[in-house]
Amino acid sequence: MSTEVAIVGIGMHEFGRTDGVSGMDQGVVAVRRACADAGVNWEDIQFAFGGSMAAGAADTMVSLLGLTGLQFINVANGCATGGSALFSAYNTIRSGVFDLGIAIGFDKHERGAFRVNTKGGGLGDWYGASGLALTTQFFGMKINRYMHEYGITQSTLAKVSEKAFRNGSMNPMAWRRKPISEEEVINSPMLSYPLTQYMFCSPGEGGVALILARADKAHLYTDKPIYLRAAVVRSRRFGSFEVLAPSIALEHNAGPTVDASKAAFEMAGMGPKDMDLAQLQDTESGAEVMHMAENGFCEHGEQEFMIQAGDTEIGGKFPVNTDGGCLANGEPVGASGLRQVYENVLQLRGQAGARQVPNDPKTAYTHVYGAPGISGVTILSR
Amino acid sequence: MSQVPVTEGVFTWPSDSPQLIGSRCVACGNHMFPVQQGCPKCTAAETEEVLLGRRGTLWTWTVQGFPPKAPPYAGNVDPKTFEAFGVGYVELPGQLKVESRLTEADPEKLRIGMEMELVIVPLSKDSDGNEIVTFAFAPVA
Ligand SMILES: [Zn+2]
Repeated sequence: MSTEVAIVGIGMHEFGRTDGVSGMDQGVVAVRRACADAGVNWEDIQFAFGGSMAAGAADTMVSLLGLTGLQFINVANGCATGGSALFSAYNTIRSGVFDLGIAIGFDKHERGAFRVNTKGGGLGDWYGASGLALTTQFFGMKINRYMHEYGITQSTLAKVSEKAFRNGSMNPMAWRRKPISEEEVINSPMLSYPLTQYMFCSPGEGGVALILARADKAHLYTDKPIYLRAAVVRSRRFGSFEVLAPSIALEHNAGPTVDASKAAFEMAGMGPKDMDLAQLQDTESGAEVMHMAENGFCEHGEQEFMIQAGDTEIGGKFPVNTDGGCLANGEPVGASGLRQVYENVLQLRGQAGARQVPNDPKTAYTHVYGAPGISGVTILSR
Repeated sequence: MSQVPVTEGVFTWPSDSPQLIGSRCVACGNHMFPVQQGCPKCTAAETEEVLLGRRGTLWTWTVQGFPPKAPPYAGNVDPKTFEAFGVGYVELPGQLKVESRLTEADPEKLRIGMEMELVIVPLSKDSDGNEIVTFAFAPVA
């Protein structure tokens, strides 16, 4: 049996806009806070995996943290950068190579919608020139089709945003901490039909660091170790409908989220019904709706009733995006997946304050999705 | 003033009945757009060029409600005069679904399943005064 892995320290730099502080420096703050949380010094860390999309090569931060000679590997994997760093750190400990390491994600993006690098994405210049290189369009088109097939209403999309901003208002690390009503969400400017401004998250800034240890040594660092039961990253298969695709096949495949979710549950030896709460990719409110079903937490179409009934609220049957998700935190791409894990660690330790999920949750799930059709899932338990 | 395509090799132009240029897998018959080498369906390396059908049905759609960032966008980004444009996937029978601008941008007039046809539309002007054109799908009247 391979070595079990525990998260023994967590650190975060506030998400949002921090003028005058680079993305890299926000990552450094997150690392220092994670070390303090675990009660370790930087020189105790044996290895690191880290990455950002737009804020520089992670390994250069050793000049600020200390030149200890540790093994530091940069990770660049789009929206799954944080998840990939965590996957790599998890397996490094499981394999027995090292006992104590860190996964780091940080970023800082320009204001407004993401400017897509069409060349880097293997797309011709004509694609962007013709007005098609916007990730926002994909999300509008995917949820529009989904609403047509499964009867999801615009009110339900707006309720997802309303919940996100309400949860964000209880999260001191969140960017958007002002509650916004369902009506305000619906009446905000239509950006990409049927999605309005307050249904979309914005590119932002922030950093997260997670310290991992062999489970049998976790007690050295914390009296509340949280065990990483699964960490999985999957890419798309033929026939799936993905962001920034000039064409898609006639035949349909469910996509990388379904594959990553199944693999993670198998790895953990658990199923969707065993999860007490989840953080699901909510690039926009429709994504949260669709990802509830793609990750196995309900049947397609059931979200309409569940969300209208309040099931995904913090006090509901199955809380989703308890920290406000991407909608309230923004999306610093390199850090976003690790933010979800950070929140789940707080929830499982019972340290989530005003937004603590009641009844002592024991298991928690995270899911990221992004370009060019990649998904990452983790499962944590106490 | 002459019209120049936004790129060569994506659609036939000039033409009275323009068509998108795609690829077909020699081994399994899978269609791809734009032209590419290698088949994502069966992993075969050999593909041949094929002209795609001009008509299909709207599979899904949205409306681009704000000016895209320029570059890469080559069209009008002036917030005062920007006009929203439709974007959708059109299902070409027996081939594939292609992503495209739509000539219609009114949500009241777009519905999944409606008949669409390929047209060529103006996008912007280049420094020589030529009109740059790209492809779009228009509802069949
Ligand atoms: Zn083939």
